[in-house]
Amino acid sequence: MAALDSDSDEDLVSYGTGLQPLEEGERPKKPVPLQDQTVRDEKGRYKRFHGAFSGGFSAGYFNTVGSKEGWTPSSFVSSRQNRADRSVLGPEDFMDEEDLSEFGIAPKAIVTTDDFASKTKDRIREKARQLAAATAPIPGATLLDDLITPAKLSVGFELLRKMGWKEGQGIGPRVKRRPRRQKPDPGVKIYGCALPPGGSEGSEDEDDDYLPENVTFAPKDVTPVDFTPKDNVHGLAYKGLDPHQALFGTSGEHFNLFSEGPEGASNLLGDIGVNKGRKLGISGQAFGVGALEEEDDDIYATETLSKYDTVLKDEEPGDGLYGWTAPRQYKSQKEPEKDLRYIGKILDGFSLASKPLSSKKIYPPPELPRDYRPVHYFRPVVAATSENSHLLQVLSESAGKPMHDPGTHSRHQLNASKRGELLGETPIQGSATSVLEFLSQKDKERIKEMKQATDLKAAQLKARSLAQNASGSRAQPPSPDVGHCSQGMALSGGTATTRASNFKPFAKDPEKQKRYEEFLVNMKRGQKDALEQCLDPSMTEWERGRERDEFSRAALLYVSSHSTLSSRFTHAKEEDDSDQVEVPRDQENDVSDKQSAVKMKMFGKLTRDTFEWHPDKLLCKRFNVPDPYPDSTLVGLPRVKRDKYSVFNFLTLPETASLPTAQGSSEKALQHRGPDKSRKPSRWDTSKQEKKEDSIGEFLSLARSKVGPPQQESNPLVKQEEHMTKSLSDKVVNKEVDSQPEGEDSRPSMDLFKAIFASSSDEKSSSCEDEQGDSEDDQAGTREADFRSSQETDLVQTSVAHASELAPQEPVPSFPIQKMQMDEREEFGPRLPPVFCPNARQKLETPQKEKHKKNKEKHKTKKEHRRRKEKKKKHRKHKHKGKQKNKKSEKSTSSESTDSSDSQSDEEGTTNLSPQELLRRLKRLPRRQ
Amino acid sequence: MAFPEPKPRGPELPQKRLKTLDCGQGAVRAVRFNVDGNYCLTCGSDKTLKLWNPLRGTLLRTYSGHGYEVLDAAGSFDNSNLCSGGGDKAVVLWDVASGQVVRKFRGHAGKVNTVQFNEEATVILSGSIDSSVRCWDCRSRRPEPVQTLDEARDGVSSVKVSDHEVLAGSVDGRVRRYDLRMGQLFSDYVGSEYGRGCGAGPITCICFSRDGQCTLVSSLDSTLRLLDKDTGELLGEYTGHKNREYKLDCCLSERDTHVVSCSEDGRVFFWDLVEGSLALALPVGPGVVQSLAYHPAEPCLLTATGGSVQCWREEAYEAEGGAG
Repeated sequence: MAALDSDSDEDLVSYGTGLQPLEEGERPKKPVPLQDQTVRDEKGRYKRFHGAFSGGFSAGYFNTVGSKEGWTPSSFVSSRQNRADRSVLGPEDFMDEEDLSEFGIAPKAIVTTDDFASKTKDRIREKARQLAAATAPIPGATLLDDLITPAKLSVGFELLRKMGWKEGQGIGPRVKRRPRRQKPDPGVKIYGCALPPGGSEGSEDEDDDYLPENVTFAPKDVTPVDFTPKDNVHGLAYKGLDPHQALFGTSGEHFNLFSEGPEGASNLLGDIGVNKGRKLGISGQAFGVGALEEEDDDIYATETLSKYDTVLKDEEPGDGLYGWTAPRQYKSQKEPEKDLRYIGKILDGFSLASKPLSSKKIYPPPELPRDYRPVHYFRPVVAATSENSHLLQVLSESAGKPMHDPGTHSRHQLNASKRGELLGETPIQGSATSVLEFLSQKDKERIKEMKQATDLKAAQLKARSLAQNASGSRAQPPSPDVGHCSQGMALSGGTATTRASNFKPFAKDPEKQKRYEEFLVNMKRGQKDALEQCLDPSMTEWERGRERDEFSRAALLYVSSHSTLSSRFTHAKEEDDSDQVEVPRDQENDVSDKQSAVKMKMFGKLTRDTFEWHPDKLLCKRFNVPDPYPDSTLVGLPRVKRDKYSVFNFLTLPETASLPTAQGSSEKALQHRGPDKSRKPSRWDTSKQEKKEDSIGEFLSLARSKVGPPQQESNPLVKQEEHMTKSLSDKVVNKEVDSQPEGEDSRPSMDLFKAIFASSSDEKSSSCEDEQGDSEDDQAGTREADFRSSQETDLVQTSVAHASELAPQEPVPSFPIQKMQMDEREEFGPRLPPVFCPNARQKLETPQKEKHKKNKEKHKTKKEHRRRKEKKKKHRKHKHKGKQKNKKSEKSTSSESTDSSDSQSDEEGTTNLSPQELLRRLKRLPRRQ
Repeated sequence: MAFPEPKPRGPELPQKRLKTLDCGQGAVRAVRFNVDGNYCLTCGSDKTLKLWNPLRGTLLRTYSGHGYEVLDAAGSFDNSNLCSGGGDKAVVLWDVASGQVVRKFRGHAGKVNTVQFNEEATVILSGSIDSSVRCWDCRSRRPEPVQTLDEARDGVSSVKVSDHEVLAGSVDGRVRRYDLRMGQLFSDYVGSEYGRGCGAGPITCICFSRDGQCTLVSSLDSTLRLLDKDTGELLGEYTGHKNREYKLDCCLSERDTHVVSCSEDGRVFFWDLVEGSLALALPVGPGVVQSLAYHPAEPCLLTATGGSVQCWREEAYEAEGGAG
């Protein structure tokens, strides 16, 4: 059993560590929960996996830096005081100690860096080294080498080496024999850049004789062409100052007498330090040589013998193949020739051309004539009118310039026709040179007159303005025709003189002014000593000099004032002396026509004016609407020119204007124009209006049955109706004055309509209108006659004669009074409602006013103290009369009557309103529910 | 209430007073809805313009910068800008959020009665008692108007803008419609000046119908007229209210079913658009109802009398219902 036991013991394999056997009475330990399990570092601190640099999960404070506080800002330290203490923090300052330890990310201990750590050892070298180490007198010395020499090779090197490449060889398949270099055939010309001179390659070519057949060669190692882009703005092949050359001044100038190529010189460069043994560094040559300095030998580039070789020795050829080849005879024969021809540095990548460029032929400039002056003299461009020229001449002479005599015309001032005249040619008859020549003689004369007139006018204007400017000594009465600027621009010399005479700069001092005028006159005559002549001989020299200056300046001033003034002012929009103004082309025409139309409720064509109207382009753009007139520059209504002072422009009632002018045809015209105006409204009118209303009502009632917008159907319906009425009673619609029977005739047509269209609502309105007595018909007609002139009244039919007496008196005074009142109140149009005051007084006042009004209306008393009330009353009166006149036809008047009753009920309503409303609501309530 | 009903008249009209805003800015010269009807603007005679939520009755912002009473205001389509005109002859463009004045257009010779944005809020059109409508460019920094429509013979009391038309009602009794697309001006004579005894008299308010086919014109003869836009023919007349002196507003209901107008007797009148019959005279207050605005989509009406603004809804409306 024991064996068995031991056997079983040996057989058993146990993994892990067993639990501690529980002691007596001890309760089994609870496993430590996950969050309580902690990891501590060697110092017993909590190990944090959540480091800023070491990564890991957050074991401590979740999503914090690892501390309770997270990133606590270091307490503020004023940098003003502690400026010096501020140290630049490096990444290490933010690292944990662990990061800086040996296995951290920034170990502080010194280790071999990647560059020197040998990962893949060079086996060959290693072996060689091992061998060497074995044979070396001091074993283990190579170990030191191992530490020092970098043994890291790039992958490319490794790969190449594995493919059998050795250092110093070129890359590529091995070749048996180098292909023979093609020598250029002397018979064949080669254009373009000359081939680079055969260098070391050429020398290699020569030795193929020695090569055995079975030997292959690795291709020659080629240093790749260095294509360094030119990224500066220097010239080609520019090199900055080489300190070696600059400081010692030798290499360039060191003439190597015994080397063929300039490249030979470069070899010397390396020798400089050795040869001369000077110390490097700037030794103050740029600032001259100080007293303490000895080296003054190189200040000036002097030819010294030191620049020449003193020893005759064999120079190395530049190809680096010194020692075994490159005897001189292998070099091509042309090279020295070339090099002799060109002394200078040949740029990298360039070689000397084999052929010289053909020189361009240079032609000599033409020989100049002997008396040629290389300065161009510009002739003064002055309008050479007679006075002007004198002035200019004098002025320019005083300035010391020789003046070209304007009297003798140079050939440049002649035009073709004048030259022709001089040559005695017959002028060409066929073509006129100017449009003006096409004008008839009469027209020409007229133009001439116009020109003179405008010149005169402009001169007057100028004179006046100048006179006003010049301290205004003379008060000129303003002439009615203020001169005109556009023509003033075309001032000739003549006007300039008029202006000059009116320009009085020295008006304060009459003596001086006189002298000045004298000076001007003299100057005009072209006298050179104009100034001297006019000056007062009694004056002192100083005074004389001053006055001379003043005069000449004044003369200049007024000459230039013209141009300066004209440049400052623009043309007037409307020429003042033109008796025309721009007014809208289309005027909204006769209001009274429309009034009657409105009264008849004939809205539509009669009350509508349609104009062409041009919206601004920008406005169209803003409204997203295409410009209706893309080609026009006009904005608004088209305008036409009309007589400025014509009364007609300011009259809004063309009737009064047109009547006296068209006396003869007025009667006919009147008859034509308005049956509703001139003729007394007959029964026909009322019937027509009724019809009109009916039509509307019918239309509306029809439309009501339809749910859709009623307006679309309106036009055709109304039009249709109109059409029918037209066909039935054409005369009426044509507004011909017709006799009453005809009106009566049209009555049945109304009935016909009613039969077709009548509805209950229309019946109501018409019936209430019918209630108004027919007797008021005639009165209404006379009311209309108010708006006609008295001339029209004779046209009024006799039947209404009694009413016409009433008519003209009332409205005439009423209108101006109202206007005046309105002006006084400075209220235009409908007023704003009064500011509401919560006082009871105010509230009470309004109904009282209303009552007043009503009373007034009822009693028609004319004693009113308040203007406003008076005005209101007049309104009322008007309306009242209008009511009488229109009663049976107009709905508005009927509403008027209801209005008053309304207002009555209103006042009752203020008390009764709520019950009424309640009643109504009560009525509606069940309906709704 | 969004359901179409065969007889929409009764329940549709806003007649339940939901809220009364005491604006505290003197007389409220005009009240206007914004583009979607969630907010409203009140123009006060104390030179301020206020932005409200009318349903909740909360004041959102006060815009002050006018030199005199504010007479009209309008909001841009994107609610980013406001424009207003007032007695100081200036037209002001406001930034809604910051409450700052963006531009101030000066050029009118008289007080500005009415302002409107165009559809894209690139142009402000303002009508003034200097009898001109001026088109101000909001895009450029140009101080002068793009165009001045000075055809009116008297003060311009009301201007409305559609996508390609400008409608201007003037005290000279004409309604002028400038059609930019056709390049034409249609001038409809509706009434004459004071005292001529016929016609409608000065025009106080105009508006397009929502379908763009008609124009509603109110004038000082206590009459509203519905005109066909294209022909100028009269489609209907609505009377019964009182408008003799003051510049009062009128409008059409949200679905063009009714014509709504202020009245000087303290009521707001509703007419059936087709029948022309008076549908409702809503008592608002003791004074003149100066201004009103109709919600663009719902039967919700704002009225202004004195210094307060009332918000009206239909009877069936519950205060905090889904419609709010």
